[in-house]
Amino acid sequence: MSLENTLPLEGEAASDEAQTPPRRALLDRLLPTIAGLVFLLGWEGLVRGYNISKFILPPPSLIFTTMIAQRDALLRSLQFTATISLSAFCLAIVSGVTLGVLLTQSRTVERTFWPYAVAMQVTPVVAIAPLIIIWVGLDRVWLALLILAWIVAFFPMLSNTAIGMKSADHGLINVFDLYGASRWKKLRYLQLPSAMPFILAGARISSGLSVIGAVVAEFVAGSGSATGLAYMIIESGTMLNIPRMFSALTVLSLFGLTIWHITSAVQRKLLSKWHESELKQEN
Amino acid sequence: MQMQSQGGAVLAIPQALVTQDAPEASARTKPLVRMQHISKVYSNGTVALRNLNLDVEQNEFVSLLGPSGCGKSTALRLVAGLGGFTRGAIDWPTSTYDAYGKPEREVGFVFQEATLMPWATVFDNVYLPLRLKNMNRKAVTERVKSVLELVGLDKFADSYPRELSGGMKMRVSIARALVTQPKLLLMDEPFAALDEITRTKLSNDLLDIWRKAQCTVMFVTHSVFESVYLSTRIVVMAARPGRIVGELPIDEPYPRDPSFRMTPRYSAHCREVSSLLDKAMNS
Ligand SMILES: Nc1ncnc2c1ncn2[C@@H]1O[C@H](COP(=O)(O)OP(=O)(O)OP(=O)(O)O)[C@@H](O)[C@H]1O
Ligand SMILES: [Mg+2]
Repeated sequence: MSLENTLPLEGEAASDEAQTPPRRALLDRLLPTIAGLVFLLGWEGLVRGYNISKFILPPPSLIFTTMIAQRDALLRSLQFTATISLSAFCLAIVSGVTLGVLLTQSRTVERTFWPYAVAMQVTPVVAIAPLIIIWVGLDRVWLALLILAWIVAFFPMLSNTAIGMKSADHGLINVFDLYGASRWKKLRYLQLPSAMPFILAGARISSGLSVIGAVVAEFVAGSGSATGLAYMIIESGTMLNIPRMFSALTVLSLFGLTIWHITSAVQRKLLSKWHESELKQEN
Repeated sequence: MQMQSQGGAVLAIPQALVTQDAPEASARTKPLVRMQHISKVYSNGTVALRNLNLDVEQNEFVSLLGPSGCGKSTALRLVAGLGGFTRGAIDWPTSTYDAYGKPEREVGFVFQEATLMPWATVFDNVYLPLRLKNMNRKAVTERVKSVLELVGLDKFADSYPRELSGGMKMRVSIARALVTQPKLLLMDEPFAALDEITRTKLSNDLLDIWRKAQCTVMFVTHSVFESVYLSTRIVVMAARPGRIVGELPIDEPYPRDPSFRMTPRYSAHCREVSSLLDKAMNS
């Protein structure tokens, strides 16, 4: 920090330093925004300049006005999709971490069930979607969607937890053994903290996958009973209402972004004190 | 052979400790740990130790010195109860045994690496052994603070390991080993990863701690100089198979300070130990 003040001329080198000056932080935020604006302006200009039909590529301004006009429908769809994917995400965290911990408690258990966990992951969820929908019944499509989104989001949580539980430092295991730590204490004070970075990384992947799972499942379920953003996209497509389609798409990606940022913030908060991935480099 | 030198080892106990401990002098006739005919073969067939006999007397500072791979770490780990051995017996004549015939080993172990939990503060790292023994955090705060003071880190209780230098991390590790007030402090090349200056400083501090805490130390090292400077007795080992080839009492008064390194007696001891070590390497 003092280096920064005493060497004002080395602005460039100094701004790479650890104590990010506010100017740098501002730039970090500003640059993506500027890039986005340029992109949108270019898009708008292109559509107007070449007179592209709004049935093929609507200009951002039209998408924006459509979003405002359709806000009730959009919000209702968002609510549906958000409920499904967030519930699936929470279920995935709870079940993935629990099973990941249980799985690593015994080598036999792990060897027995691991192949099936992998099988569950490599099966494309679309392939079992019709089956699940039939099983659950069309009158409860939301449940089918929840199950499908959960299956997709579950595996990264499971595998990351399992890997994390086994990542405990060998020297530290010795320390715990030396003091005769019980299995529970080892779990609580050694394995879980060691697994935390892995679990959080898994949660970040899983959060995105839960949205993808919900959307894909809704695509498959199709017909009227599902009322989320994905269905809105299909519906708009069949009605050739491309601006409405784009506005639903925009809301969907904004939702995905929000979840991503929230999980990233949680990760940062929990790991900021000690883990490499969240440490500011201070060489 | 250790029988002959046993008398020497008793004589080598620092004057200060002998006078302080005078009432318990009779207890000292029993060794703290008695290793008899210990053999250890690893599962891959490596004979790490063959027929090792070693008595560790109370209050002595015994160094295990020998070429790489001669089983020093293995011997230390066996004393700590980390891992079993193939043949022989390790007795704790002065300790109580539980119903399963397990001795109550009151040991602290300082590994070559500091092996701290990166997610926990210095305080929590040192508190760990007590936490594993179900001791209430509030009840032992003073105790943790006093060991931190002993190693000179009381100001850093709330720091995280990443904020400390290598030498400071090693001090935390030593504090963690001392916090249970062990009878026996096991140290496996604790200063090997440190620079010369830090090593010298920590050696002096260790002697200080050893005298204040009135414990027994088993110290593994590669360095002839380090072992002569620190020990009351040096045990020289040879490799393939790991065994003891000889031992030398370092019958010099404590406190020892850097001026000891300048004395002709110090050089004489070093020469003696070196020639024994040479013999060990060539045998
Ligand atoms: N886990 C293990 N499995 C198999 N062999 C081992 C294992 N640990 C140690 N050994 C072998 O046992 C022998 C003694 O090892 P040990 O680590 O005790 O030596 P050391 O004297 O501490 O050596 P160094 O000074 O290099 O640390 C070596 O030959 C080593 O290869
Ligand atoms: Mg070793």
